[in-house]
Amino acid sequence: MSANGNSASGNPAVELVNISKRFPGVVANDNVSLALWPGEVHVLLGENGAGKSTLIALLSGLQQPDEGHIEIAGERRQITSPSAALALGIGTVFQHNMLVPSLTVAENLLLGAPWWQRPGRAGLARALAAIGKDFGLDVPLDAKAGEISLGEQQQVEIVRALLHKSRVLILDEATSMMTPKGIDVLGQLMRKLAASGLAIVFITHKLDEALNFGDRISILRRGRKIAHLAPERLKALDKAQARSEIIKAMFARQDEQSDAAAPVPRPQLAAKADLDISALSIAPEPGLPGLSDISLTVRSGEIVGIAGIDGNGQKQLAEALAGQRALASGTIRLGGAPVEHLTAGARHKLGLRYLTDDRLAEATVATFPLNLNLLLKTIGEEPFWRRGIEQTREIDTYAEQQVKRYDIRTPGIHTPIGKLSGGNIQKALLARELAGDAKAMIFNKPTYGLDYQNIALSRARIRESAERGLAVLLISTDLDELLELSDRIAVMSQGRIAGIVENGSEARWAVGNLMVGEAA
Amino acid sequence: MDEAQAIHPLHDKASSRPTLEAWRSLALVTVGPILLAFLLCALALLIAGHDPIAYYLYVVERGVFSGQGLQQTLTRMAPLLLHAASLIIAFRAGIWNLGGDGQFLLGAVMAAALGPVLVTVAPDWITLIACMLLAMLVGALWSLVPALLRAYQGVNEIITTLMMTFLGTSFANVLVKLIFLDPATTVPQTRTLPVEDRLAWLPGTTISSGLFIGLAAVIIVHLVMTRTAFGLRLRIVGANPKAALHAGLSVSALTVIVFALSGGLAGLAGAVDIVGVFGNVRADWNPAYALAVVPLVFLARFNGWATIAFVFFYAVLDIGGESAARRIGVPQYFTLVLVATMFILLALAEWLDQQRRARQRS
Repeated sequence: MSANGNSASGNPAVELVNISKRFPGVVANDNVSLALWPGEVHVLLGENGAGKSTLIALLSGLQQPDEGHIEIAGERRQITSPSAALALGIGTVFQHNMLVPSLTVAENLLLGAPWWQRPGRAGLARALAAIGKDFGLDVPLDAKAGEISLGEQQQVEIVRALLHKSRVLILDEATSMMTPKGIDVLGQLMRKLAASGLAIVFITHKLDEALNFGDRISILRRGRKIAHLAPERLKALDKAQARSEIIKAMFARQDEQSDAAAPVPRPQLAAKADLDISALSIAPEPGLPGLSDISLTVRSGEIVGIAGIDGNGQKQLAEALAGQRALASGTIRLGGAPVEHLTAGARHKLGLRYLTDDRLAEATVATFPLNLNLLLKTIGEEPFWRRGIEQTREIDTYAEQQVKRYDIRTPGIHTPIGKLSGGNIQKALLARELAGDAKAMIFNKPTYGLDYQNIALSRARIRESAERGLAVLLISTDLDELLELSDRIAVMSQGRIAGIVENGSEARWAVGNLMVGEAA
Repeated sequence: MDEAQAIHPLHDKASSRPTLEAWRSLALVTVGPILLAFLLCALALLIAGHDPIAYYLYVVERGVFSGQGLQQTLTRMAPLLLHAASLIIAFRAGIWNLGGDGQFLLGAVMAAALGPVLVTVAPDWITLIACMLLAMLVGALWSLVPALLRAYQGVNEIITTLMMTFLGTSFANVLVKLIFLDPATTVPQTRTLPVEDRLAWLPGTTISSGLFIGLAAVIIVHLVMTRTAFGLRLRIVGANPKAALHAGLSVSALTVIVFALSGGLAGLAGAVDIVGVFGNVRADWNPAYALAVVPLVFLARFNGWATIAFVFFYAVLDIGGESAARRIGVPQYFTLVLVATMFILLALAEWLDQQRRARQRS
């Protein structure tokens, strides 16, 4: 690896010193220090919610730290805005593309600068030619940004950073949507850019990429930097050793408890119906991976966990099962009967229930009262509607019952549901989905964003539903949660099931391994 | 929902009983701006050298207190109320049907084409019902293109309904001048439905019974939207289409149904105005009721009862303003100035009120 000589002398290009950043209810960064050296590719690894995005937001001027400071070339500076970040030489290529799709590449590159400073099309071409020669970058200046491939769009964003003479280039999950070949190209480009003296920050979930392209690896977890592999150390280890060291750091249990051999065995009261998914595929959409050939059986009374980094098709799978997304092929059977041709409403009625992770925007109508939200999926059904007419008394009595039974804390059943806390909205949704004759339940990130008490409560509900004989599919990005509840864990990666692991003492490592990409 | 809440425009189902606070904000947000608008327009009249008090007295006298004026006001309410019903359905379902005027005119022309011919062979009541049904059908059909584009292609219906309304008004003219022209007159207009065959007057008055069709439409629409499963489905589509899909509703089908109902009611407004009041359609006739009703429905927050009150108020200004302007010698457009001032101030008050609430919340 290239220019570690640079880093031995002088200052880091950018240094974060004891940075903390809090948001209501969470500490996103807790006393994190990070040095970005010129000539190095610095990899940030971490699960969802580890605090990587917040660090990037701080570096690119979108957020300000609550504590700690940032030094640029040894000087304490404040990064007050994205344009200030650019002016200080920090360029960011965000995970989601920031180009204007209807403008040409050239127009996109010229955006932002005041008109009297813009070099114009010809000046741009000259500047580009220089960069292109050095790094082998070639962007089609006159193509519409929306019509070029994802890899090309990324190159345009990198070019933009280079045109601003950036000293630091941040690539935020740049490879998450790319093909293996595209990833290789990007990796080589990163090496070249680092060799020219840039400090590169490369954020990824894939361990192989980290090991192949990185000089230095920092691992974040729950807002803290928990491990750091300096270049010397990284060079001293062989790949397999480095892998196991990193996986240990990323997925080790947080508290002191040792891993239980398996989840607590559950009594099963009744057998209901199996949920049987076979060869299910859906077509990819712009920005969303498709699903290919998903086959999985969830038996009655069983909890099958779906692990994986966010955005690997989990939500699409849940929506396809619930009937909100069209299948390209495959079958879904509930208790043996195919349901893939049925509408979402019909599947709900048959007992296939979906608890979405999007509590406010999708699961509820925030401005509608709690009592109606409890019946949102069964509008028009007796006894709450008779011949289509609302039966206020029945609706209110039912809502009162559910409020009591599920301990929903609300000023009243007529309170708009959007005014309740996340935990209480979740209780209401559990009440709605588990009502009536539920047979199979899909939980999508059921404890995301909840406080400790509500997390415990939701997990108890999930266990209970399996005890009642429901087939439970539990999608989560929290490995501890999956290990606590599931009987088996399937790992999703790029819209496929990368592997299925029986829960047990070795499951943590097996799942962790599959999540960061099994070694080739 | 109990009656007190239903009548109160500031109350949605969610909140509890009306409180002092709610009445206070009703005064501030609704009555205050209206009074202020009267005041500002009085100033404008003073500056122009007219007597504002006389003007307002004429408006009230002509619009409410003179027998004939009140009858005209109530008759004018009929098409306005039907437009309001058409808009309440659409707006509650989150759809901006701004094509009401085109749907209205085509409905009117078709009613005027059918009525005078059919009445020669069929009894009055069949003629009237047939005219209204035909107009509803035509109004619904005219909304079909925006409906399909919105439901299946996601095309913004504000643009498409406005475009269809331009086409609709022109097409109505073409129909009047080329196809349904009454050969017996020199003015380009359709044949005329004789007065005795039109919708009956209320006993002892000249108020068209179309008023009751309008009132019934608004009240039925209000009840359907607030108290039935169908109305709830539409409101979910309007409030959060994503949640509607999640809840298993067929958003596309519901969208088409909403357009059909909304367009149908606008078409019915046209028929009621023809078979109730005018008897024929003259070329280039376009009263443009629909766009005038839009802000009224918004001010009433899609509540049917409040809409009826606002429509009455607007009809008084419309009828009273015409003659008051004539009598004190200001242009007839002064009514529009008054109404526009009122809308601007009401919108401003609404905005300030929302700012205040946002501040309270934080």
